[in-house]
Amino acid sequence: MNLLMLIWIPLLTLLTILLLKKDKTIKIVSLIGSGIQLLYSLVLIISYYRYRAAGWTDAYLFENRITWFPSLSIHFSMGVDGISLIMIVLTALVVFSGILVSWNIQTRIKDFFALIILLSLGAYGFFISTNLFVLFFFLELAVIPKYLLIGIWGSGKKEYSAMKLALMLMGGSSLILLGLLGFYHYSGIYGGTSTWDIKELVHLSLPIEVQRVLYLLTFTGFGIFTALFPFHTWAPDGHSSAPTAASMFLAGISMKLGGYGCLRISTFLLPEAAQELSWIYIILASIAILYGAFATMMQKDLKYMNAYSSVSHCGFVVLGIAMLTRAGLMGAILQMVSHGVMTALFFAAIGMLYERTHTRMINEMGGLMKPLPFIGSAFIVVGLCSLGLPGLSGFIAEATVFVGSWERTGLLYRIATIVAAASIVVTAVYILRALGSTLWGTISHKEYAVLKDATWNEKAVIFLLMSGIVMMGFFPFLFIQLLNHDVLTIMNNVIK
Amino acid sequence: MNLSILVLILPFLTFVGLAFFGKRLSGITAGIIGSISTGIISLIAAFIAFNYWVMSDGKSTMILFNFPWLTFNEHLAINMGLLLDSLSIMMVAVVTFVSFMVHLYSIEYLKGEERYGSYFAYLSLFTFSMLGLVLSVNIFQIYVFWELVGVSSFLLIGFYYQRPSAVAAAKKAFIVTRFADLGFLVGILILSFEAKTLDIPMLIERLSSPDTLTSGNIKMHMVGGLSVISIAMFLIFIGGAGKSAMFPLHIWLPDAMEGPTPVSALIHAATMVVAGVYLVARLFPVYFVLTPEVLHIISWVGIISALLAALIACTQTDIKRVLAYSTISQIGYMMFSLGITAYSHGETLGYTASLFHLFTHAFFKALLFLAAGVIIHAVHSNEVAQMGGLRKSLPTTHIAFLLATLAISGIPPLSGFFSKEAILTATHHANPVIFWLAVIGSSLTTFYMFRLYYLIFWNKPAEHHRHHEHALFSIPLIILTLGTLLNGFIPFGQFISVGLEKVQISFELGMAAVPVGGSLLAILLATLWYAKSTSYPDKFVSLLKNFYRWTYRKFYFDELYQFVTHKIIFNLIGRPIAWFDRNIVDGTMNAMAWGSMYFSQAIKRIQSGNVQSYTMYFLGGVIILLSILLYAYGYNLIN
Amino acid sequence: MEGIPLLHILILSTALFFIGIYGFFTRRNLITMLISIELILNSVNINFVAFNKYLYPQQLEGIFFNIFIIAIAAAEVSLAIAIIINLYRKFNTIDIEDTNTMKH
Repeated sequence: MNLLMLIWIPLLTLLTILLLKKDKTIKIVSLIGSGIQLLYSLVLIISYYRYRAAGWTDAYLFENRITWFPSLSIHFSMGVDGISLIMIVLTALVVFSGILVSWNIQTRIKDFFALIILLSLGAYGFFISTNLFVLFFFLELAVIPKYLLIGIWGSGKKEYSAMKLALMLMGGSSLILLGLLGFYHYSGIYGGTSTWDIKELVHLSLPIEVQRVLYLLTFTGFGIFTALFPFHTWAPDGHSSAPTAASMFLAGISMKLGGYGCLRISTFLLPEAAQELSWIYIILASIAILYGAFATMMQKDLKYMNAYSSVSHCGFVVLGIAMLTRAGLMGAILQMVSHGVMTALFFAAIGMLYERTHTRMINEMGGLMKPLPFIGSAFIVVGLCSLGLPGLSGFIAEATVFVGSWERTGLLYRIATIVAAASIVVTAVYILRALGSTLWGTISHKEYAVLKDATWNEKAVIFLLMSGIVMMGFFPFLFIQLLNHDVLTIMNNVIK
Repeated sequence: MNLSILVLILPFLTFVGLAFFGKRLSGITAGIIGSISTGIISLIAAFIAFNYWVMSDGKSTMILFNFPWLTFNEHLAINMGLLLDSLSIMMVAVVTFVSFMVHLYSIEYLKGEERYGSYFAYLSLFTFSMLGLVLSVNIFQIYVFWELVGVSSFLLIGFYYQRPSAVAAAKKAFIVTRFADLGFLVGILILSFEAKTLDIPMLIERLSSPDTLTSGNIKMHMVGGLSVISIAMFLIFIGGAGKSAMFPLHIWLPDAMEGPTPVSALIHAATMVVAGVYLVARLFPVYFVLTPEVLHIISWVGIISALLAALIACTQTDIKRVLAYSTISQIGYMMFSLGITAYSHGETLGYTASLFHLFTHAFFKALLFLAAGVIIHAVHSNEVAQMGGLRKSLPTTHIAFLLATLAISGIPPLSGFFSKEAILTATHHANPVIFWLAVIGSSLTTFYMFRLYYLIFWNKPAEHHRHHEHALFSIPLIILTLGTLLNGFIPFGQFISVGLEKVQISFELGMAAVPVGGSLLAILLATLWYAKSTSYPDKFVSLLKNFYRWTYRKFYFDELYQFVTHKIIFNLIGRPIAWFDRNIVDGTMNAMAWGSMYFSQAIKRIQSGNVQSYTMYFLGGVIILLSILLYAYGYNLIN
Repeated sequence: MEGIPLLHILILSTALFFIGIYGFFTRRNLITMLISIELILNSVNINFVAFNKYLYPQQLEGIFFNIFIIAIAAAEVSLAIAIIINLYRKFNTIDIEDTNTMKH
């Protein structure tokens, strides 16, 4: 299994798209490219299961290394574990669905698909690299195209939103860069040789003063990517202005880059500081969960609603990571996957409704279940997933986070858990409100009665993403089995 | 006994099949498929019950299979499995049987409905989830299915989704029970942390063995004078109270009557709403041994709900709402019957009596609802004002309704008499205050039920136009009537009790005389007032004007909740937070952006385009740097 | 040449330098400013030659540098003159005050 393939496939797709002229072929090529990528990632995950079953216990599998700048010890070193593999599959799934859902896009088709593929390239690179410098390089690669995607194909006050998103994410990455440079610098001082390599940095024991600074820098930086309160305001504006596919990518994957970073870099590499300072992020996360839910309740625009609910749901990711318990970490990872698929489907469904009704205002829609039963059912399922119905993925993730949070004893952690748990009521309120006024009741406009239900590509998107949600909801043990080894590795490092 | 897994698999497969292909089935095919599947599982349930009680001793606890579905850590996991003991088998029998009756009835009742297939899909989903709930081996598994029954109830209440009132009722039901489920969830978290397990048998063993309190295996953390276990058990009871529509979380159940009437019979009368009673009964040993103070609360919540709902039911005019309030009232009886065991010095008759009442109530209440469905089907209205004098036009329904009314009133020898009498006997031994309140409640029940009966079937001259009573309506009615007549003679105490010893339910004649006498008086009063259209009720109402208005408006609970949710939560929490987010949090971010823009505007003037001024700045900079260097290093700079 | 001390030559070059600076700041005519820049460059040239002669007479780096500077100055002047001519064509003036449109 060669991880470089994960870079080569999108890169070749990208180059082919740039050479092509006809719109139709561009769409088909990008669909095929992302489809191959999806298949390849599935093959990877299956062979990963097989390797683990055969008794491989290394932290990373399928390792590979290409020298870039030996003098600065920057190597393109790759390796995956269960956590990064599941994120890769998530990325492939969301990108494939995103391309399908943008099938009817009208303007500058070539640029659009090229940018989407470029974004996905950044995400894949981020998840497979084990060298902090390369990881940062790919993180940046996954930021900049978003500015263009929102600025060119967006709607509403798109320039403002694009600029806000780009600036805030850049602010986050500047904090991350500082932190990563700190790793490089202090590894030279305290470990003999300066290195960017995660596998070497794990064995390094930095003094607590250094750890504190690096922890705050990297966790806050990645926290901005996960839309952690109070750095979440890029998310509502960004999501609401972005075209559907970009929203899907943004909420489905981009926010997960942050969670992955918090887990893999801040927590894994800086265990003592994590023990000492995680309470800050627990407070912020529990605020984000309940506050985001209340803010969601007051939104009138479906996309704003889903963006705020993403803030609330991603709070669970940070909460789970910061709680530093086995179930907490597991729950955080599950929530990343679950929210990634769920929110992608949510945005896709909102996009489908918007294409038909030309409005995103909750109170302007009404009675859409009758003309649009297929999309409506998808909307209901994803809504129920969002409010944590057992049998769908949201419940699995949130229950695991709750159990994990409760394991950490102490009044602050107890209160944070209860505050987070209280959000399930508020979530039910806003989800039912949105479903009730858009789908049920009487048809609000005459012209809605003759709307056409989902087309083939929309059906495919709904089917794909929904199968992800149901798969996790019904067979969580498969995911636990995949992730257990890596969560234990991280936990063993945190609790030395 | 491996057949019992089919009890879960069959309704689930039916659900999946009907959900995907229900639309393509023509006519009543979907209904027939659903009914056959439910019929099979009720046969299986009967077989299981027969095997359990007749072929074996009827006391063993079997865990059929126990599969780690979601593992949290070394000792906590959600296991999916089937727990077969007397309690769960009784529940399975009730649920499958009532569900089968309702399926049969719905084939005709929903005919011609556009979403016929979806209806039966939801019904199967409900049956699956309810059976999963009662068969759970793991307390988190109960929560999983608890949520699933909640959502299937939500989908069925909102079945007529084009009616805004149905959508509102569905939302209300879901949100109120969700709020209660929050308590349940936190309770589970606390319990699992303290007991280090989620497995119900192990949990009960660890928390209720006699040496729990002394051995120190379970550390009793105290918070504010209460042990955390008490808090946890109380929170779990809140979950149960929400689902069972106990005061003050009862407001969703009357509105839930917006759903199709067979659904009200199945979910909101016979099965789902008693899930709270089931939950308390399931964890009864823990309550009984470790947290009797929570049982005190439960008994008071139960009796208050029973009385309050009975009072409200006396004034309502919507047939289904009267029945809904009577459901709340009867569940109140079951609840306080469980609760009063804490007062009765180790005697657990209340437990058996409560489940006995659950059992008989499921039959006669389902019967009442199905009969009400026939009436509504004939009259096309829920309001009793539109009814009256139907005794000749719906004869079968009339007899069934009368018998069920007598049963709920506790008139011997119908089933309701036996179970209610068992409750009252247990209460009499335990707490006289609650006993007398319960007797008053029982008379009130009789009064409003006979009021309803007379308003529907008498009150006006009899109509001779004969409404058609379809066979699919009559058959379930007749079967349930038989159940209502005969269930009381089942020696229930032989089947279900807390420990291993059997309970003898005995009746004292003097004891039985009081409530039965009260009920007979209430029947007399109702006959006087309502058998013919009289002016007595109006006179009485004008006598108690304010009290009547309060009762008629359901003690303003809906308005109170409306006030709390809209005025307080929306206006005082939601709106300020949304404003705060847009203006303060986002405002800070924007202010940072504007700040840097103004700063760059300010320093932009330095770039005047004048080469000479640039050079001047340059020279000035060089001079300043040089002087700093010279000042700092002096001669060392040169040497 | 032995009679003249280094200090005198440095005073000369300093004077030349500040005359150049003064001219650069006060003149408004681009040609005059260019001449001032030449004065500054030449003062540096004088320094190079003088230091080479007085401190390291056996080496020639100062002289070489001198030649570099003269060559670069010639190139620079030719470029500057070209720019100035273009400016004159565009604005009909070579006054520095009127040619500040490149600030944005």
